Amino acid sequence: MEHIISVLVENKFGVLARVAGLFSARGYNIESLSVAPTLDPTTSMITIVTVGDDRIIEQIMKQLNKVVEVLKVVDLTETHFLDRETALIKVHTKPEHRDEAIRIADIFRAKIVDSSSTTYTVEITGDVDKVEALINLLKPLGIKELIRTGRIAISRETTRTASPRREPALLKS
Amino acid sequence: MKKTGAEIFCESLRHEGVKTVFGLPGGVVLKIFDVLCQQKDIQFILTRHEQGAAHMAEGYAKATGKAGVALVTSGPGMTNIVTGLADAYMDSVPLVAFTGQVSTDLIGNDAFQEADNVGISRPCTKHNVLVKDVNDLAQTIKEAFYIATSGRPGPVLVDIPKDVSIAKADFKYPDKVSLRGYNPTIGGNKYQIKQAAEEIMRAKKPIIYVGGGAIFSDAADELRELAEITQIPVTMTLMGLGSFPGSHPLSLGMLGMHGAYWTNMAMHHCDLLIAVGARFDDRVTGKLSEFCPEARVVHIDIDPTSIKKTFHAHIPIVGDVKTVLREMNVILRSMDGNPAEMKALKAPWMKQIDDWKKAHPLSYKQDDKVVKPQFVVEKLYELTKHEAIVATDVGQHQMFAAQYFKGNRPRTWLTSGGLGTMGFGFPAAIGAQVAFPDRLVLCITSEGSFQMNLQELVVAAEHKLPVKIVLLNNGVHGMVRQWQDLFYEGRYSASLLGKLPDFVKLADAYGILGLRAEKPGEVESVLKEGLKHKGPVLMDIHTDPFENCYPMIPAGGAQHEMMLEDPPELKLARKGGPHKRKVDEGEGVLPA
Ligand SMILES: Cc1ncc(C[n+]2csc(CCOP(=O)(O)OP(=O)(O)O)c2C)c(N)n1
Repeated sequence: MEHIISVLVENKFGVLARVAGLFSARGYNIESLSVAPTLDPTTSMITIVTVGDDRIIEQIMKQLNKVVEVLKVVDLTETHFLDRETALIKVHTKPEHRDEAIRIADIFRAKIVDSSSTTYTVEITGDVDKVEALINLLKPLGIKELIRTGRIAISRETTRTASPRREPALLKS
Repeated sequence: MKKTGAEIFCESLRHEGVKTVFGLPGGVVLKIFDVLCQQKDIQFILTRHEQGAAHMAEGYAKATGKAGVALVTSGPGMTNIVTGLADAYMDSVPLVAFTGQVSTDLIGNDAFQEADNVGISRPCTKHNVLVKDVNDLAQTIKEAFYIATSGRPGPVLVDIPKDVSIAKADFKYPDKVSLRGYNPTIGGNKYQIKQAAEEIMRAKKPIIYVGGGAIFSDAADELRELAEITQIPVTMTLMGLGSFPGSHPLSLGMLGMHGAYWTNMAMHHCDLLIAVGARFDDRVTGKLSEFCPEARVVHIDIDPTSIKKTFHAHIPIVGDVKTVLREMNVILRSMDGNPAEMKALKAPWMKQIDDWKKAHPLSYKQDDKVVKPQFVVEKLYELTKHEAIVATDVGQHQMFAAQYFKGNRPRTWLTSGGLGTMGFGFPAAIGAQVAFPDRLVLCITSEGSFQMNLQELVVAAEHKLPVKIVLLNNGVHGMVRQWQDLFYEGRYSASLLGKLPDFVKLADAYGILGLRAEKPGEVESVLKEGLKHKGPVLMDIHTDPFENCYPMIPAGGAQHEMMLEDPPELKLARKGGPHKRKVDEGEGVLPA
């Protein structure tokens, strides 16, 4: 089964290599991986999408936790979570296809972020299904280049009842 | 006052209580060596190969429980210690390896003797760091020792570029480390411990299975107490030998591939398996699907990844073995039941084990023409009155030593278990002897393994380290030859060591005593003479090239399906008949 694992790490030299090396050395899969700093500049968040049965996922979680620079490991698949991916898709657009490309992009609320006389570059953000559906629809037009960020994910708040206005007050206390 | 990186290095070692460093110099570490030679209280042992330094540091660490320290240069110096790092990683040996690196401004330029030390060592170290700023050096060293020796111990590599060793910084040795992402669990979960204690009280056919973790955690006393109050028999892995006295009535000796018959049978039939600091290695379990089929499993280990990695655990307890056992013993004592009752409860089980033992004791056929390796180990055991630190290499001799030299104390058995590194034994023996100059240190080895690091003979001679090398010289890669006889129709591909050096002359060339025994009748007098000698000795004992090590669970075979002696086809082949036996290794299994 597919799992999305968030790994909070110290923002230090070689940490990504250790995490990635652990996957390759033990034969675990990495479907996608994304890394960026968090609010705290001394830490980064690595989001890894992997597949494995329960035993393998348990080992992956434990092995990640064992890395000295790893601060926290969460298997988001165990919780309610939101995941998003961004893709930039450069499509060939023959004159007769330019309208069609725009229409497809519109349906998905994707944006045309660059255009030339023969191409459009479409930007889409969404869950994997949405991104893949768009890619599939654009394929017949001819995709020249495609780049995806890999997935990032965040847990949903379990108590979503608090009104946004009260949040600053809550933060202060 | 500001200090150079090299001075900070030496001061830091002093703060860590380091007395001995093993290694070999080179260009980028010259500054460090220059300062090191001026320290009166830190002994430097110059090895003749960096691999020797790494294994010496391991031997030192295994015998003392303190971190072993190695210092080598960049590039080839570093790559030469990789085997030692991998060995230490597998066997959880606390090791701090310092490697030189080219200056920071040259890193990445393929500079002379540059290697990606951190990259190369990453998969075989617990942690590693490139120190880019001299201001971080002391903190990094403090953390390196802390990480190497705490939790599940392991090797840590600190890579020091040349300019960092020369640059200056204020020195203050940190008195604490706080690492946000590293905090080993020490105390086990109380509820789980209580659960385990209850199962232990109820079990009728329990067995305690102990690994190296019990030794690193100094839990021998607690382990003995557990066994004695509950009257549960104890078996040890290759790494766990010494954690429980081998001569104790409750000791079942070693289990696994070459474990005793009664031990593996007891494992197979137990109803409760109490795993203590062990990791269910494939050499222990054999075929996993048939391992301990009837057992409930309690697994105590400080490393959560060891639990449920290959085998299930009904009651997992993550924590330091000593701390957990201590707490468990308190609970067990407070429960109803006393040793006498416990003994009565387990009497049928102990009787069963005893029957297995009587049916198939460890045995070999004595011969009056060729020396049997088991005989040599038995004699050694007798002559030393069981009191010695024993280092071994890897192969048949290692297994014979494990079977017949029944150690009684922790930290007296130094062997390469996880990685199975030939060449480990002799330098490890030197490392232990450096730590304990007055104790008897034996190196039980064989000519194949010994030739992998014999350059260190000169270290024993130079420092007058009285290591007693017992070379079970069978002229073959015995363990390989055994597998070829059993699984490859006796085609001895690359296992017969045709040309061998004259080991007595070799000893002489290095300035140490060499002795030789070629017949069974000569063994005892050679051993006696060697053991009596004040300095290092190499005893070249010619042993039977065709002796096999039994019991044996063929790789992939189930635990209770042991081979106990040469199969009939092999016996026939020995008499000149055809070598017909063809069994795929791991698949064909003879019933016990
Ligand atoms: C460095 C290394 N290379 C190869 C092996 C594979 N191997 C395992 S046992 C063995 C033979 C050991 O021969 P020897 O040291 O003479 O011991 P014996 O089995 O004869 O007692 C070999 C080659 C190993 N364990 N380590």
